[in-house]
Amino acid sequence: MSAPEPAALGGRLCICVGAGGVGKTTVAAAIACLRASAGERVAVVTIDPAPRLAQALGFDELSGEPRRVPGTGELWAMRLDPKRTLDELIASLAPNDAARERALSNRIYRELSGAVAGSQEFSAVAKLYELDRDGNFDAIVLDTPPSRNALDFLDAPARLTHFFEGRALRLLLAQGNFATRAASRAGAPLMGVLGRLTGAGVLREITAFFAAIAGMVDALAARAAAVQALLRDPATNFVLVTSPRREAVDEAIAFAAELRRGNHALAALVVNRIHPLEALTADPAALGALLGPRLAALVLAECRELELLGAADLAALARLREAFGELEPVLIPELGVEIEDLDGLAQIGRYLGRSTNGTSPSAAQ
Amino acid sequence: MDTSAPPENRVEHAGRGLLDRRLVFLLGKGGVGRSTLAAALGLLASRQGRRAIVVEVSGRGDVPRLFGASARSGVESEVAPGLWTLDVDPRQALAEYLHDQLPLRMLADVIGSSTTFGIVAAATPGLREMLTIGKIWELSQPERKVHGADPYDVVVVDAPATGHGLALLNAPRTFASAAAVGPIARQGRRIAATLRDRKLTALAAVATPERAAVEELIGLRDALGGSLDAELLNGVAAARFTDADVAALRDAHALAAPAPATRHALAAAIAADARFRAQRLQCARLHAPVELPFLGGGEFGVGELETLAEHLVVAA
Repeated sequence: MSAPEPAALGGRLCICVGAGGVGKTTVAAAIACLRASAGERVAVVTIDPAPRLAQALGFDELSGEPRRVPGTGELWAMRLDPKRTLDELIASLAPNDAARERALSNRIYRELSGAVAGSQEFSAVAKLYELDRDGNFDAIVLDTPPSRNALDFLDAPARLTHFFEGRALRLLLAQGNFATRAASRAGAPLMGVLGRLTGAGVLREITAFFAAIAGMVDALAARAAAVQALLRDPATNFVLVTSPRREAVDEAIAFAAELRRGNHALAALVVNRIHPLEALTADPAALGALLGPRLAALVLAECRELELLGAADLAALARLREAFGELEPVLIPELGVEIEDLDGLAQIGRYLGRSTNGTSPSAAQ
Repeated sequence: MDTSAPPENRVEHAGRGLLDRRLVFLLGKGGVGRSTLAAALGLLASRQGRRAIVVEVSGRGDVPRLFGASARSGVESEVAPGLWTLDVDPRQALAEYLHDQLPLRMLADVIGSSTTFGIVAAATPGLREMLTIGKIWELSQPERKVHGADPYDVVVVDAPATGHGLALLNAPRTFASAAAVGPIARQGRRIAATLRDRKLTALAAVATPERAAVEELIGLRDALGGSLDAELLNGVAAARFTDADVAALRDAHALAAPAPATRHALAAAIAADARFRAQRLQCARLHAPVELPFLGGGEFGVGELETLAEHLVVAA
């Protein structure tokens, strides 16, 4: 197949994945812009700690709920706050106020829930699930954290499901305050050692945290399972974004393998910031006549450099085509300027628009 | 500012260069070349006669590959004379911590392989970061805790991208405050003290001369209390055209006559100059950045690392 799948950037949920620094955030915003300009009501969610999407969308700071972007039809944007998303999730699942307070005020939870790698990944998909369930949008586009490992993101719900359904957690919960019990019982070397390793304070806080979420375990497990199912839903399209840089290409190929292994649908491959691929066949004599020998030589040196970059990009594309077979990459050229406003997003959208179903590139303006 | 200061005082904090500390963290946005610069810095250290190790965190072996070596997770491997690399595996770091804390090796093995313990460890927020930074700290100790392991003079850390990188640096302090007493609190305080001590630990950040990367570096600098030991600017274009040159290029481009190929070449040169000027604006936003040249889009190897290492001498 020579053209990308129709509606490759469509689907109710569109998740942009890829290495850090390849322009995921920009591509996610451009897809959302493009679809909004085609008449859809679209939410774009970014989790990247740097507020770049906010800049591109003209906000100083994105909020915890989607906000409408002026002048773009029905485009809504939000910056994900992992800590707040987790807090809200815990609060919504707590059986009563006391349980909610116990969990949210736990020191281990409070100090660490926003700071760890996995919480960003999980809260991103949890938010995606909530927005999808609420049904306020035709489409949701998710930008993902700059993780170096696809599994961090794809496995976040599965890891949690595994944990909440696990025998180990049930055992811990059944023991109640296992730290004090263990101290009084000769037959619990594990807990004794745990206490010795971590120090009484940490163990007490960890125990208290698990006790606090005891009443929510089933609800949390159900939520994690639902989120995982959503990642496998046929309406969920993964858009893999890469640049032609070698590390990014390596990562894209590895990421695609993880997607396949997890039965996730890879809908499109976007290669961002491609240098001009055709050779610059300037005539040295003509340049010399026009500019004089010194300046002509400088221009030719610049052309040679560009050709080398183009050749490296061609090699990267060949590797990608070999690895991705029928999935023809969508190419976005190196535009030479940074994308930081809606016009820039529309410009990116015109290249993306060539692959969307029924959306003409001009609609991106 | 005293412009007559000798070169070795160019890096202001504690008056010492990056490689005079035991720990050097390279932070910054994804895709700016942190791994490459960490490798170049490690190479420089080893060429200066220091026993050096470049540490990756949940990486995929980018650093060994730059030296043409294959990655072995969790193993300290020598990739060049005097230069080692390690991809830290948190699970292995946990096993080592248990061996260090528990008197009986067998007991440590039993606990370490216990499913319950593994799951609790995996689910405890921040523990992974804590174990990773603990392993990095262990590598930097003059007396290694790992039995029979030789000490390193300097540990260069290719830290995870900005947000995760900060989480890694903050983990010890957070654990120390969450646990008032006990081994974790003690360990957390010890590591936090090392990270705070600028005689022992250097914090450097990498950016490319693009607005987003520079802004992330500035955000990082603010988050770290307004000071970094070095700001490294990677992929900087060389100056090629003077103002008069650009005027001449524009004039030539404006002529209707030249052939399309000539016009394309002129346009490419004008665009390259515009890119160069945009880069200079970003360079100007950083504090005494160390500029690393753009080395093309091809494969990187030891040759390219040597070039970068030469440029890093001023910060080392």
